[in-house]
Amino acid sequence: MKINFFKIIIFSFITFFLLVFWLGLKKDNSYNTTNLIGNKISSFQLASIHNSDLISDELLKQNEFTLINIFASWCAPCRLEHKYLIKLANQNRNVKILGINFKDKKNNALNFLNKLGNPYNFVAEDLDGKASILFGTYGVPESILVDKELTIIKKIIGPIGQRQFEEILKLTQ
Amino acid sequence: MLSNLGSILVFLILGLSLLIIYNAFLDIKNNNQTIKKNIYNLSLFQITFTIMSFFTLLAGFIFSDFSIINVYENSHTTKPLFYKVAGSWGNHEGSLLLWINILVLFSYLFLIFNHKHNKKFRLYTLIFQNFLILGFVIFLILNSNPFSSIFPVPLEGMGLNPILQDPALAIHPPLLYIGFVGCSIYFSAAIASILSEYNGKQFALAIKSWVYISWTFQTLGIIVGSIWAYYELGWGGFWFWDPVENASLLPWFAITALMHSVMVLEKRNTLYEWVIILCLLTFILSVTGTFLVRSGILNSVHTFANDPSRGLYILLFLSLMIFTSVIIFFKERKKESYDFNLNSKETFILTNNWFMIFFLATVLIGTLYPIFLDVLTNAKISVGPPFYNIVIIPLVIPLLFLMTLGPQFGWINSKKERLYKTLYVLVGAITINLFIFYFFENYGFYVNLILITATFLVLHSVLDAKKSFKSKKKFEFSRIISHLGFGLLVFFIGVNHQHSVEIDFNLKTGQKKKLDNYEIYFENVSIEQNKNYKSVIGRFEIIELKNKNIQYLSPEIRIYTNPETLTYEAAIKTRINSDLYLTMSNVSRSDFYNIKFQNKPLMIWVWISAFIIALGGLIQFIQKKNEN
Repeated sequence: MKINFFKIIIFSFITFFLLVFWLGLKKDNSYNTTNLIGNKISSFQLASIHNSDLISDELLKQNEFTLINIFASWCAPCRLEHKYLIKLANQNRNVKILGINFKDKKNNALNFLNKLGNPYNFVAEDLDGKASILFGTYGVPESILVDKELTIIKKIIGPIGQRQFEEILKLTQ
Repeated sequence: MLSNLGSILVFLILGLSLLIIYNAFLDIKNNNQTIKKNIYNLSLFQITFTIMSFFTLLAGFIFSDFSIINVYENSHTTKPLFYKVAGSWGNHEGSLLLWINILVLFSYLFLIFNHKHNKKFRLYTLIFQNFLILGFVIFLILNSNPFSSIFPVPLEGMGLNPILQDPALAIHPPLLYIGFVGCSIYFSAAIASILSEYNGKQFALAIKSWVYISWTFQTLGIIVGSIWAYYELGWGGFWFWDPVENASLLPWFAITALMHSVMVLEKRNTLYEWVIILCLLTFILSVTGTFLVRSGILNSVHTFANDPSRGLYILLFLSLMIFTSVIIFFKERKKESYDFNLNSKETFILTNNWFMIFFLATVLIGTLYPIFLDVLTNAKISVGPPFYNIVIIPLVIPLLFLMTLGPQFGWINSKKERLYKTLYVLVGAITINLFIFYFFENYGFYVNLILITATFLVLHSVLDAKKSFKSKKKFEFSRIISHLGFGLLVFFIGVNHQHSVEIDFNLKTGQKKKLDNYEIYFENVSIEQNKNYKSVIGRFEIIELKNKNIQYLSPEIRIYTNPETLTYEAAIKTRINSDLYLTMSNVSRSDFYNIKFQNKPLMIWVWISAFIIALGGLIQFIQKKNEN
């Protein structure tokens, strides 16, 4: 039998297209940053909210674990999770907490910390929200737990509750 | 009650489809020349029940019958009547019912309007069209039944997404569906033509009118969608190369190519195979577009609530359609010989096809590449305007040039003296462009070339129109109108693109902002309570410093209650020479409002020329109907 390459090519092409569509269907394509786990965070450099110091990824390499918490004074769920951050700061010496103040006013942010207490070892400001994009953030609050090598171990989208708090404790034992 | 009636009607449509297929197969074996009466009767019943089913759903929406889930999810008693009606196709299930309505409508019209053609060809078309109907009705019943009921009956509905509550958007889906689903009839006809060996010129005559009508509606649908984007989305743009817009553009390129090739097939009885391929491709691309939009593979304003099983069904159906048509095509096709005179009209018409296929391939790659990359490598990218601008814009220049030259050549051979006239027109176009350049004092290499070729096409079309009017050669007229419209469209988009002004700033009430040519004064803010939303209306005074012209603009922020959503309504002052476009949005926790001010020259003319393109298709359709 004569083999018709043209037909074979056409059919394989169509099959390939349909197959990709089928695979695409099965894929969850809603934007989900939790799958960033295992990646390293990119290097960053942010101004501290208290003084003119710079906070960079180098600083985090000195900590066993760092929880990067993105917060804002205008964000109600941030107030909700705040008590867990304070508990974490008091209970777990392995974890240092870096707060990133997201699209906020400096005074409001400082008031927020004065009133509710400051669980953060460092607070950096990201007033226009641009730097937080580097962390794959798409809302506040969001928390990223990284280890000494700056590899992301856990990503929490939304406020930290009792369950997330216990999980962080377990991961950082 | 309505829910039961609707479901019964849908099952009746299904049954009738099966009966029509069965009877048509029996009738093909008969040797007499006329189609049996009972097939006509069954089709008449089918179209009646289909239209009734649609009116049943419509009644559900109009009388707010919340026992139907679909009405409950997409309507609300406080909605204005117009949007209750539009709500019936503003959701996945309802739009699928509309889709079936158009399939059945075209099936019926094709049956009754084509008695002059071969019986076997008509019956095969009817059979394949009914297979399509069957496929979509089964999909509707299994997965997307608009008549599913809910108990206990809710007292109030959830409301229609406010962004869809817009007159342009209410008519956008029906127009687009008539355009896209209308293609189904020549998909069926193409397969029927291969099977019944009813080919060549006869086939061209049979499908021509259907191609023109669906082309016209597709064009209108795309225009209305883009007008909606301009008014509603508040970015001031009208084409974003968004994947879903692209999905609507893909079949349009195929059908535009088809429209040109079918003329060659009719006049010269050649290119039959290519016309068949385009017929198949157009509808396959329409369904592919539907798959991309409905399955949730793409995310955009068009995506209804996602449901993977929905995508799976459309994909299965699409695969079945593609494989059936390709297998039949390869199995039954006859070798065709091409004898072409290079220097003739058909060469130029084919040039159009080269361009259309190039554009089609570009947009297809741009749309599918991110999906393929995501599936195969997990990388997420998006392909945006820069890609399309780089690839498409340079090619528009020769396209416009050839659009002008092509029609000047006779069907078989052409005279040389016409070239002189054409040269004069070209010189005229360059002169006009120099004036524009002088007037706006703004230079861009591509834009200038595009303006020259567009003017060339426009001027030449006007001359052609004059000539065709004198000589009463009417069949040229629709072509001239559409080409003129396209030339104007590119010209106005070119000027608009090159000379738009866009500025963003923050302003408090009572403050003034001075720009180069304008002064914007934010007078006040007022609050108004409407039937289903509350609006915050800003009042702005805009002074054009050059001629001391004062305009008042009132952009709105609308707060809808069902469902709770904010929308920003742009205030647009449309004038002959330019549009003033102003949107405002609130800046949280401050007295400032974020203002986006744009001046878009010749905007209204972009719409007018786009409508002129569609008008050409309509003229062609009416002329063909009169000839018959």
